[in-house]
Amino acid sequence: MPSTIELKQETEVKVESIPAHVPIVKIDKLNVYSKGTHILKDVSTVIPKNKITVLLGPSGCGKTTLLKCLNRLTDLYPDLKINGSIKIDGEDIFDAGRDITTIRQKMGLLLQRPYPLPMSIYDNIAYGLKLKGIRKKKIVNAKVEKHLKEVALWDEVKDRLKTSAQRLSIGQQQRLCLARGLAVEPEIILADEPSSALDPISSKVIDEEFLRLKSDYTIILVTHSLRQAKRLGDNIIFMYYGEIVESGPAEQVFENPQSKILQEYLRVGH
Amino acid sequence: MILSRKLKDSISSKWMLACLSFCLLLPLAIGSGLVLKSLPLLQSHSLKELIFSEDWFPSDNQFGFWPFIVTSVWVTVLALIISIPLCLLSSIYLTQFAPKWVLKFMRPVIDILAGIPSVVYGVWGLLVIVPLVGDKIAPLFHQDSLGYSLLAGAIVLAVMSIPYILNMLLEVFRQIPVELGEASLSLGATKWETIKHIFIRKGSSGILSAFGLGFSKALGETIAVLMVIGNVPQIPQSMFDSGYTLPGLIANNYGEMMSIPSYDSALMFGALLLFVIIVIINIIFRYIIYKSELI
Ligand SMILES: Nc1ncnc2c1ncn2[C@@H]1O[C@H](COP(=O)(O)OP(=O)(O)O)[C@@H](O)[C@H]1O
Ligand SMILES: [Mg+2]
Repeated sequence: MPSTIELKQETEVKVESIPAHVPIVKIDKLNVYSKGTHILKDVSTVIPKNKITVLLGPSGCGKTTLLKCLNRLTDLYPDLKINGSIKIDGEDIFDAGRDITTIRQKMGLLLQRPYPLPMSIYDNIAYGLKLKGIRKKKIVNAKVEKHLKEVALWDEVKDRLKTSAQRLSIGQQQRLCLARGLAVEPEIILADEPSSALDPISSKVIDEEFLRLKSDYTIILVTHSLRQAKRLGDNIIFMYYGEIVESGPAEQVFENPQSKILQEYLRVGH
Repeated sequence: MILSRKLKDSISSKWMLACLSFCLLLPLAIGSGLVLKSLPLLQSHSLKELIFSEDWFPSDNQFGFWPFIVTSVWVTVLALIISIPLCLLSSIYLTQFAPKWVLKFMRPVIDILAGIPSVVYGVWGLLVIVPLVGDKIAPLFHQDSLGYSLLAGAIVLAVMSIPYILNMLLEVFRQIPVELGEASLSLGATKWETIKHIFIRKGSSGILSAFGLGFSKALGETIAVLMVIGNVPQIPQSMFDSGYTLPGLIANNYGEMMSIPSYDSALMFGALLLFVIIVIINIIFRYIIYKSELI
């Protein structure tokens, strides 16, 4: 285990030295099929570092599938056939022989609904650390505190760290899930409609969190809420039936949509 | 119209309450019936003597149930030691690793196994397991055994309890949301780490219930065990010895020993013991489950 930590630290140093405009994720001709259906069609795009890239599109268009390709959770579904390439920091994640667990630790995942691990609040965050081989009580304690503060949860839970995470409110659970993802020190945050199950206040907290976090992380946010896309997005990728129809900087995409479908989507969404 | 709907509504809820009360009262009724029937024996013998004495000589009016209690619990625990790891690993394999069609194929197989009458398992035990234990397994351990033994009983019982426990475990693992696994994997866990640390913990109360129910069912199993365990009222010294279980004792002798006074009362007391053991085991499992849910 210790060797992987050292490795990890090295790669982090390397990423730090990459200038911000360099893409961190490069997707090339990605196709995903499931039995008869073609779920993602020739998806090619780049995702820039330290920006919030919003995946926008009606439900069923393949946003979640694209997100799951990025950290290869698609491995869980043997039905899915995937070809094309996804490069993260220049390394193809589909290359045989790449260690999938280190690839996944580069990305924190936030799902539609929070799924706290069946353990205490403290252990929810310590879990990822343990997997990385970090076991020293002092370090773990410090990291738990740091990341709970990062998501503005520390003050609410500091007196009950050892109680079950299941007893938190949904909004708190979602922030805990964000914190546990941050604790493994990813470069990228993958968020799949993270506030769709939350009340307005919790979802605002998450939104603000993202705006703050983007100076340290690259965020890929799936949403079908136009409002959230406008509030948070630096870059927009608009998808429709498995294809990227339009993409670019937020102002450009929203002010000057090129395709009929996006124009329609923006009009209906208002 | 509205009146009749309201009436139906209130009648149906009362009806359900009645059913529920019936279910709740049933164990109480059975328990008190057994106490009543074993009273004659309890009046002439002390409880301590009945439970802890090893002497089973009904014709001398000595009724020590200790050998039966020990055999029953021992054979059940042994059976679960065999079947629990098998069930746990197969349910994990079937729900997490195997292609979907394997699970689809296994379901009816499990149902068929569960539907086989216990006497058939008994015959199979008699023809296959008893000789296997006597001729093959016991010599491995440098033991002499006729084959009619706790081990033979435990193997038959284990096989019988597999479909029962497996079915419950499959349900437990099926109900764990995929997203929980995705969350764990995305933190860098391997599939095995995810199963070990997350799924087993998430399913712990269901898994424990399955074990508890399996225990109760195995403890009460009668015919199949009776056919292979030898039915000798003694405290077995090893798993290659014969024994006699409480259910076996009752099934073999009820209504047969009219000549011996208080024999029937003693058998009722045996049933009461069985009942009490099952209640105690259930309480213990409930407590463990309660504790496991607190985390
Ligand atoms: N594991 C899978 N097997 C088969 N089809 C799938 C699978 N996952 C997603 N799909 C299909 O792919 C399409 C896109 O789904 P998804 O990526 O969840 O869309 P979105 O997140 O944009 O709502 C849907 O039609 C869905 O039915
Ligand atoms: Mg989706």
